[in-house]
Amino acid sequence: MHQAGSGSDPGGGPPHSAPDGAHRSRVTLRVNGTDRDLDVDHRVTLLDALRETLELTGTKKGCDHGQCGACTVLVDGRRANSCLLLAVAQDGAEVTTVEGLADADGTLHPLQRAFLAHDAFQCGYCTPGQLCSAVGVLGEAADGQPSHVTGTAAPSGPVTLTTDEIRERLSGNLCRCGAYNGIVEAVAEVGAGMNGADVTAPSSSAIPPRPDVIV
Amino acid sequence: MHPTNALGSPVPRREGREKVTGAARYAAEHTPPGCAYAWPVPATVASGRVTAVDGTAAAALPGVIGVLTPFDAPRLGASEDPTLQLLQDPRVPHRGWYVALVVADTLEGARAAASEVRVTYASEPHDVILRADHPDAYTPDEANGGHPGHREQGDPDTALSAAPVRIDCTYAVPPLHNHPMEPHAATADWDAGRHHLTVHDSSQGAGPVRAALASLFKLPEDGITVVSEHVGGGFGSKGTPRPHVVLAAMAALHYGRPVKLALPRGHLPATVGHRAPTLHRISLGAHADGTLTALTHEVTTHTSRVREFVEQAAVPARVMYAVPDVRTTHRAVALDVPTPSWMRAPGEAPGMYALESAMDELADALGIDPVELRVRNEPASEPDSGRPFSSRHLVECLREGAERFGWARSRAPRHEGPYLIGAGVASATYPVLVAPSTARAHARPDGGYLVEINATDIGTGARTVLAQVAADALRVPVGRVAVAIGHTGLPAASLAGGSCGTASWGWAVHDACAALTARLGSHRGPLPAEGLSASADTTQSAKQKSPYARHAFGAHFAEVQVDTVSGEVRVRRLLGVFAAGRILNPQTARSQFKGAMVMGLGMALTEHSTVDAAFGDFTENDLAAYHVPVHADVPDIEAHWIDEHDKHLNPMGSKGIGEIGIVGTAAAIGNAVAHATGQRLRELPLTPDRVLTALHGSA
Repeated sequence: MHQAGSGSDPGGGPPHSAPDGAHRSRVTLRVNGTDRDLDVDHRVTLLDALRETLELTGTKKGCDHGQCGACTVLVDGRRANSCLLLAVAQDGAEVTTVEGLADADGTLHPLQRAFLAHDAFQCGYCTPGQLCSAVGVLGEAADGQPSHVTGTAAPSGPVTLTTDEIRERLSGNLCRCGAYNGIVEAVAEVGAGMNGADVTAPSSSAIPPRPDVIV
Repeated sequence: MHPTNALGSPVPRREGREKVTGAARYAAEHTPPGCAYAWPVPATVASGRVTAVDGTAAAALPGVIGVLTPFDAPRLGASEDPTLQLLQDPRVPHRGWYVALVVADTLEGARAAASEVRVTYASEPHDVILRADHPDAYTPDEANGGHPGHREQGDPDTALSAAPVRIDCTYAVPPLHNHPMEPHAATADWDAGRHHLTVHDSSQGAGPVRAALASLFKLPEDGITVVSEHVGGGFGSKGTPRPHVVLAAMAALHYGRPVKLALPRGHLPATVGHRAPTLHRISLGAHADGTLTALTHEVTTHTSRVREFVEQAAVPARVMYAVPDVRTTHRAVALDVPTPSWMRAPGEAPGMYALESAMDELADALGIDPVELRVRNEPASEPDSGRPFSSRHLVECLREGAERFGWARSRAPRHEGPYLIGAGVASATYPVLVAPSTARAHARPDGGYLVEINATDIGTGARTVLAQVAADALRVPVGRVAVAIGHTGLPAASLAGGSCGTASWGWAVHDACAALTARLGSHRGPLPAEGLSASADTTQSAKQKSPYARHAFGAHFAEVQVDTVSGEVRVRRLLGVFAAGRILNPQTARSQFKGAMVMGLGMALTEHSTVDAAFGDFTENDLAAYHVPVHADVPDIEAHWIDEHDKHLNPMGSKGIGEIGIVGTAAAIGNAVAHATGQRLRELPLTPDRVLTALHGSA
């Protein structure tokens, strides 16, 4: 409802006070490959900007405190709890939500297909976060980032996504329906089938991690 | 037409694609033009009265539409549930009770303004701590589910004193929180021109929500539409209308704006119900061969001062074992606490934790294998009622589970480095319930079918299984059947609760489709353009009292490792075998069994809430403090079932499966910990501090 017109000056504009007194700024987010110019109240989280302003309601609000992972999206290729990011601080960021995982022609991402095949959800509310988090996991493993359970003797290079690795890396994504077994099976299947194929987010390897992104 | 066998097939979830692409919309994901946002203000005292609400500072903030208080909120009509009488009375019955509601143009504005509302109280002393010897404890006439509060057969006290072997133990289960991943939310939109209220609500049953709103706001039911298309879990906490939907509707009607209200996670423990804490005392008397001679199960629990809810935790002891002298009784204490309500398998989950722990202690005392002890006490009929079981395959579940688990091999506790390894078993039971429903089936000239019923899919796969029921009744491929659910414009149906959704809705769908099949059979020539329809109402058949005792049964097996250094318990293996009638969809059924076992794992090891003596509400009020199991806690779980053909249920031959998976899990894990360590912990959850104290004594 506060979206700036498409012809307005996008991105990086100085903060200003709107008529209602709220502190606002213009930012541009590249969401699922499309630039979205927003005039945001500084209190608006990335999560609420997605859900309430851009009507991308696939990203879920489970706790609003970074404790459940339902709001996980990819910001510049890295997974992040969007409830812990203020939209105003994400000017210029590339954001991938669950709506951006499938191809434009509707072909599902391999993880989406695997979630269906392994009945990796019940109510579906944690599912977008699990999916985006899993995309991040695949990228992190491919990049050789160790986790708490990666052995110190493990060779450098890509990390093999064992079930222990997947469980550790996805433990920030709660599922109250208890679909964990199916989720792990789905991620393991896709992880095993990667073989160098790019099943991560479009921009994951191209852009270096940003230090202000909370994972 | 060709015979099909949709039932029994692993038909994929119909809404799967919507859920994995983010297209499925939940209650707070509808934003009508001009939508405002509401944020409730909870009481900060545990008992007393609101003397004043100063909304001046809040109302002065930009974009604030208004502040409703107990002194000026619109007056509501009647409600069966007094927790829905919101902002009607300055009385504060517990901390967290809503005392104001802020409505603003934006979510951020509403939240900021709520923090500026100044509430003044006349505080009174409060009493929030449950004790077994609380002087106000009383025996309720009925516990939840309409079960008698007290039952006694024979002379259990005399039988206990005469028993060759006796067990007398106390167990404690803390308050637990449902915490569905989708917090309770509603979007309400009042169309003044049409005089119609449309509400998207996160609910386990849109019908009861509509009925409650009609009464509260004095509107005709046909002037209200309630939609619960996708629901992000409920586990009982969305089983009846909850405060959020009343507040959203109140604000929408009062301000003439669509209003969205999504509860903050931290509000849930105090406002949407919880599993009440239960204190159990169980005495078992037995012969040396393990045959039970006496059983007493006494449960003390809390309820609120707003509404009586008594967790029926002594009820499963009326079902499980052959024992001639038995007393099962509940005592409740009304405290200044939030109102407890349903949480997955109310009664059975905590009750069977205690009973099955006690059975394990008896097996230990007698030196009898715990599986064998249960087999030796298998009753010929339901102990409490004397009615024959419609089907009971507990022994088969125990035997099958023992075989699959490798029970005999796991009976020697062992060490692996710092870990103690042990195995445990527990039985499970859950009643077969059914509620009246109606459904309509429609045949289109193009060969497609539409089944309509106001059922709710809270993650169970209801759409899918109802399509399967319809396909078989119509004798057509399941792909030709469309199913419409989750809307009060559809034929009325029961809520998704009590593990009876599929039985209740499926019965109506079956009957409607059978009636349609008959109509189609007698129809000559092509179908008219508008197609043919048939309806069904199962009020008569579902309400018919069965001469049989009808329950599902199951057996849980767990292997745990106990870290002697950290005290951490980890579940290595978890296996359940269930006898729950005909399994209609093995894929969605397995997911439900396993999901409930995950919740049982949480009940055993991680989930713990505390009533704070000073403040009066729950200390663990967010997901950082209240630990639901995460990926790393959950091993590969096995859920199996045995074929059960029971003609005394419903046309599908199914029993409910949504809750039984939690029932025996905590006891099986607790028994495994006792097996591993030789130490019995009788208070859940089995957290490292408690385990270490048991292993090494208090420091």
